[in-house]
Amino acid sequence: MRLTLNIWRQRDAASAGSMQKYELDGVSEDMSFLEMLDVLNEQLNEQGEEPVAFDSDCREGICGTCGLMINGQAHGPEVTTTCQLHMRSFKDGDDITIEPWRSDVFPVLRDLIVDRGAFDRIIQAGGYISANTGSAPDAHAAPVEKKKADRAFDVATCIACGACVAACPNGSASLFMGAKITHLGELPQGQPERYERVVNMVGQHDAEGFGGCTNIGECTAACPKEIPLDVISQLNKDLRTALKQGR
Amino acid sequence: MATPTLVKGARATRSTVALKIVMAVSGLVFIGYVLAHMYGNLKAFAGHDAFNEYAHHLREFGEPLLPHEGFLWVMRLLLIVALIAHVASAYALWRRAAKARTVKYQVKKNQHSSLSSRTMRWGGLALLLFIVWHLLNFTVPKVNPAGGSTDDPYNLMVDSFDVWWMTVIYLLAMLALGLHLHHGTFSAIQTLGFTNTASSRARAKQAGWVLAVVIAGGFSLVPLSVLAGIIEK
Repeated sequence: MRLTLNIWRQRDAASAGSMQKYELDGVSEDMSFLEMLDVLNEQLNEQGEEPVAFDSDCREGICGTCGLMINGQAHGPEVTTTCQLHMRSFKDGDDITIEPWRSDVFPVLRDLIVDRGAFDRIIQAGGYISANTGSAPDAHAAPVEKKKADRAFDVATCIACGACVAACPNGSASLFMGAKITHLGELPQGQPERYERVVNMVGQHDAEGFGGCTNIGECTAACPKEIPLDVISQLNKDLRTALKQGR
Repeated sequence: MATPTLVKGARATRSTVALKIVMAVSGLVFIGYVLAHMYGNLKAFAGHDAFNEYAHHLREFGEPLLPHEGFLWVMRLLLIVALIAHVASAYALWRRAAKARTVKYQVKKNQHSSLSSRTMRWGGLALLLFIVWHLLNFTVPKVNPAGGSTDDPYNLMVDSFDVWWMTVIYLLAMLALGLHLHHGTFSAIQTLGFTNTASSRARAKQAGWVLAVVIAGGFSLVPLSVLAGIIEK
């Protein structure tokens, strides 16, 4: 198929960027979205132009490295990551607009690559548990209720790709934080630091400059791992408990 | 703006979530108030005397334990505090959101958000303007757009809604209120952390629908009935 691509080009963080138009022919519907961009880059290389820079790593939908705003939707029209989006989701002759995640906390480094270091700092602020080193405890030493284990597992699928921030009209990272807080908060290992965790993570989130949540739900619709909105309720509940504890 | 350092001494009270909790609690105060206010308005269907009697009794409520209009002033103070808290936190969160994304998308689709959730801020501002007009109209200094007297609450109400553009203003305001309540109710329940499962989230959304329809509908009944001639002087 033949496509018209509108792609954000930006030399580096300090330069101003703009949208550029590219015509691309011979795209197979079996290609992934990133393979389609690889084809475009081969074409650009042949023409002596700079290839389009974008992030990718595993290309299996599990690492969270890739992430593009495709026609106004984070990761495009399907519930999956950009690397697992295939060109069969598009039609011959389509116009596709490709932009980087837009958030002042995720500065554009080049073209479609943004710096998501803020997520690492939020994790550093509280998204961990402290455990004694030594031999591994027996698997059945800390019993976990099935319901809690399931919920923790479901939200632990968050790959920190940043689609929630990209889709949120407020540029909030609440879904990401909520997923981490719910994941650790449902498990016995997460209890000792539970309320300190929520305060430190939200404190870091706010200092980074992310917006506040207005419970609109664009994040969960964009999430390739279908993290539900109730993790934000859990985050709020834990913070309310922390308030009561005077933290 | 990204900060490359870790924050020390984060406080729950200083967080954006605390601001949201302030919004949620003050919003719930308003919900309680508009329900009571709507009940008073529906007294219009009981006729001139019942309506005015109700308005009069609001001033005498709790006497002699409370001074004249004491109950009313307690309510007014509560509402003023709630209004300041609601608007101040909305303003702070609005500013944050504007700063969080200064470069807009060329193309952005709304996949999940409802009309009501997207109109919370401008709709809230519209409601604030309406409240100013509403107080000028019925509280201080009282304006009778039909030119009649303003001493009789029931007659002032009927006179006001006999003017077509007044009915339009009030019906539009009730549309804005309905939208605000539809998302606001759900959002408040979620912000307070009561929607930790899919079913409780669905119930919170239903509560938003019920309150929006009951309150906006209940208020609208009175001007519509004046228009239809069911309520008259």
